[in-house]
Amino acid sequence: MKKKLVVIGAGMASGRMLEQLLATDPDAFDVILFNGEPRGNYNRLMLSPVLSGEKTYEEIVTHDDDWYAANGVDCRFGEPVVKIDRETRIVHSNKSSAPYDALVIATGSAPFIIPVPGKDLPGVVAYRDLEDTQAMMDTAGKDAVVIGGGLLGLEAAAGMAARGAKVTVIHLMGHLMERQLDPAAGYLLQKDLEKRGIKVHCKGATKAILGNDRAEAVLLEDGTVYPADLVCMAVGIRPETRLANDAHLEVERGIVVDDAMRTSDPHVFALGECVEHRKQLFGLVAPLYDQAKVLARTLLGEVAEFVPVQTATKLKVTGCDLFSAGDFAEGEGREDIVFRDPGRGIYKRLVLRDDRIIGTVMYGETGDGSWFYGLMKDGTDISEMRETLIFGPAFQGGSKLDPMAAVAALPPEAEICGCNGVCKGTIVNAVQGGAHTLDAVRACTKASGSCGTCTGLVQQVMALTLGGAVADAPAGMCKCTDHTHEDVRRLIKAMGLKSIPAIQQELGWKSVGGCHSCRPALNYYLLAEWPLEYSDDRQSRFVNERNHANIQKDGTYSVVPRMWGGVTTPAELRAIADAADKYNVPMVKVTGGQRIDLLGVRKEDLPLMWADLNEAGLVSGHAYSKGLRTVKTCVGSEFCRFGTQDSTGLGIRLEKLLWGSWTPHKVKLGVSGCPRNCAEATCKDVGVVCVDSGYNISVAGAAGMEVKETEHLASTPSEDEAVEIIAAFVQLYREQAKYLDRPYKWVAKVGLDWVKAQVVEDVPNRRALVERFEISQSVYRRDPWAEHSTPSETPKWAPLANLTLEAAE
Amino acid sequence: MTIFVDIAALDDIPRQGARVVKTGQGCVAVFRTADDRVFALEDRCPHKGGPLSEGIVHGDRVTCPLHNWVFDMNSGEAQGADTGMVRTYPIRVEHGRVLISAALVARSNAA
Repeated sequence: MKKKLVVIGAGMASGRMLEQLLATDPDAFDVILFNGEPRGNYNRLMLSPVLSGEKTYEEIVTHDDDWYAANGVDCRFGEPVVKIDRETRIVHSNKSSAPYDALVIATGSAPFIIPVPGKDLPGVVAYRDLEDTQAMMDTAGKDAVVIGGGLLGLEAAAGMAARGAKVTVIHLMGHLMERQLDPAAGYLLQKDLEKRGIKVHCKGATKAILGNDRAEAVLLEDGTVYPADLVCMAVGIRPETRLANDAHLEVERGIVVDDAMRTSDPHVFALGECVEHRKQLFGLVAPLYDQAKVLARTLLGEVAEFVPVQTATKLKVTGCDLFSAGDFAEGEGREDIVFRDPGRGIYKRLVLRDDRIIGTVMYGETGDGSWFYGLMKDGTDISEMRETLIFGPAFQGGSKLDPMAAVAALPPEAEICGCNGVCKGTIVNAVQGGAHTLDAVRACTKASGSCGTCTGLVQQVMALTLGGAVADAPAGMCKCTDHTHEDVRRLIKAMGLKSIPAIQQELGWKSVGGCHSCRPALNYYLLAEWPLEYSDDRQSRFVNERNHANIQKDGTYSVVPRMWGGVTTPAELRAIADAADKYNVPMVKVTGGQRIDLLGVRKEDLPLMWADLNEAGLVSGHAYSKGLRTVKTCVGSEFCRFGTQDSTGLGIRLEKLLWGSWTPHKVKLGVSGCPRNCAEATCKDVGVVCVDSGYNISVAGAAGMEVKETEHLASTPSEDEAVEIIAAFVQLYREQAKYLDRPYKWVAKVGLDWVKAQVVEDVPNRRALVERFEISQSVYRRDPWAEHSTPSETPKWAPLANLTLEAAE
Repeated sequence: MTIFVDIAALDDIPRQGARVVKTGQGCVAVFRTADDRVFALEDRCPHKGGPLSEGIVHGDRVTCPLHNWVFDMNSGEAQGADTGMVRTYPIRVEHGRVLISAALVARSNAA
């Protein structure tokens, strides 16, 4: 007599298993197949093409009624199993029962639903079966929100967008598909999705789904609300183990099986997404098919062993070519090989360990994916081909990585020389017209003829046009890139790059995450260029700016409250003295810029001390910043018998205007009330010397590694005009200078005459500079101390854990 | 076999940043990379004792904030022309929690 085999779940794993079993020995078992869904086995992987309209449901059915009939499978579809009775070996569904000799549990997995208010409203679906897919197919012209920017969520989003829905993807992490991709590849993917009209909101935590009778909108923790006629949750799956649990089989995260796919009961087997094998769960189809083969042989009494292998992922979104396999996440001695071709939107990364590939991500061009995957699976030693490995199997020593692809990708109307308003097309025309040297191009276009900071870029455009290198390109900003600081600044603007990963991708960075040298520079360039859109990246800042205090050689910090123009009050002095006492400050010192420095403060005390000082009305003096430090003043006309103008008042006014602004390097000002120059204004970045007839403004002084007297910029009788010229000068410096160049270095490069033309002679330009400065200041004229001394922030300044305390218990 | 103790949630450490754990063996810097890997290193640069936890994290490297020495966080080895070594400690992440080698918990009977 044939043995009775009962299978619970008609998914892809059990479908493949039955196929194998019946093909090998059709007479071994009488098969009864239960399925909760009112249909048999279809290719769930193909739901995305069904959703996007590229396939129909009929095309993705793998086992139709005829197949089940021909193979004598007793199908009980639409009959969810409610109980497994292991004592009597009978399976009960909601309608019928079936005895078994062998039982296979293939219940797959259930989508994870985030426990937020509104999760049960109609209009909230997962992306799991044909019903969900159908609901998503009906969103044409409507608003849809997908929660989860992983593989499944993005396929859902792209599918609905293809159906004409307005789709927003909410993703909790910093970039899409963070398990498979690094930030740069995630950026490319996001850009591709945005091109097809899908809005992406990263770092978005869902707070609630709003609506009365059905879903109407999604509310995020940050207060953003997205309208949604349909909400698709695709945040993950977990093994469906309820039946196995109730039957008291061994269940950890999934139903525990051995190498032969047997559960803790020798008559019961399991396979697919519901199982856990050697602590591992399975979500991709390849290992499930392997399990199916093993289980078919086990059921037929053969010896078979399931050995999980590495698996690869592809994103099934038309037009997004993505391939990801292996491990990016752990191990010592890992090395990366990164290839970026910004012009074509291509990113490839190989992770190596011991001369073997252990992980690979490819975006934009995935043709070599299976080759890399093969090398990875086989553990091939790649040391011989290491140099050319990233170029794939076809590489024969031919085409080389083009570091100038970013420049090549610029449109002809992109501005190359900001001083003279020369665009790329003009330079190309000049070169084609016979200007083959930099001097010749300068002569006929004026490009790079003024400040010269765009020279590298001009040379690259020339090289591209001439088809060969032009000599003497300046050095790159660091070892991560061949682009100079000036090129990077211009390209950020010309290409509209708004994040560090975007710059690193588009400009072909050679490292994975930049370095300590380029990251602070990029962070500054971005906040200077896009003050309203870019949000400051704290982790790309040097310790002093990150902690809003100067680090000392013993790891303690110094705290300097701002004293506007060097003026203070008895109440402020008392608050400073109290803070010094309370936090055991070992030294209190007056600085060269007329401020009081409290030295030797412990990091965890910083926010507490700031809160105390804030209470007395004191704010950060930014004594640590690449930004405005101090405006030193003398006493001026109010008390001094020689003073000609209110130099103290002007100093305070300038400090209140400029404070909080970030600049390429620190900026110090001085205002003296008469030519006796008690404020030493003539060795500052900007110095004002008041005279009877008004104000002499001079710039580009230095009193540090180099000592240099300021040079005269302008004289004016009006204090308002003096203030305007100074603000315009600071903004021009902010917009043009290389990171870590003090104003005197920058002015030496661009020439004082050019600066004068920009901020003194050209009044509309001056006003435009001031206006741009004010826009930036609307964001940055804030006290950072107040931000970090809130009860929620303060604990972050203390140690994460204290393991010495535990020991004392 | 290394035994691990739970010290904090992964999210308590900023991406590309670090937090300090006080231990019987001195301060240990716990780093989190952009792709959520964690590393535990002695929080002291062998050059002049700079707190590595305040350095800039790039890839799986960190730059000392005092004089820009760069260390590979996998091995603790100084990079480039500098020579030196920082101790590394076993650490891992499980279900969003950071676990560190229990050997760092000072034993009360050791005193």
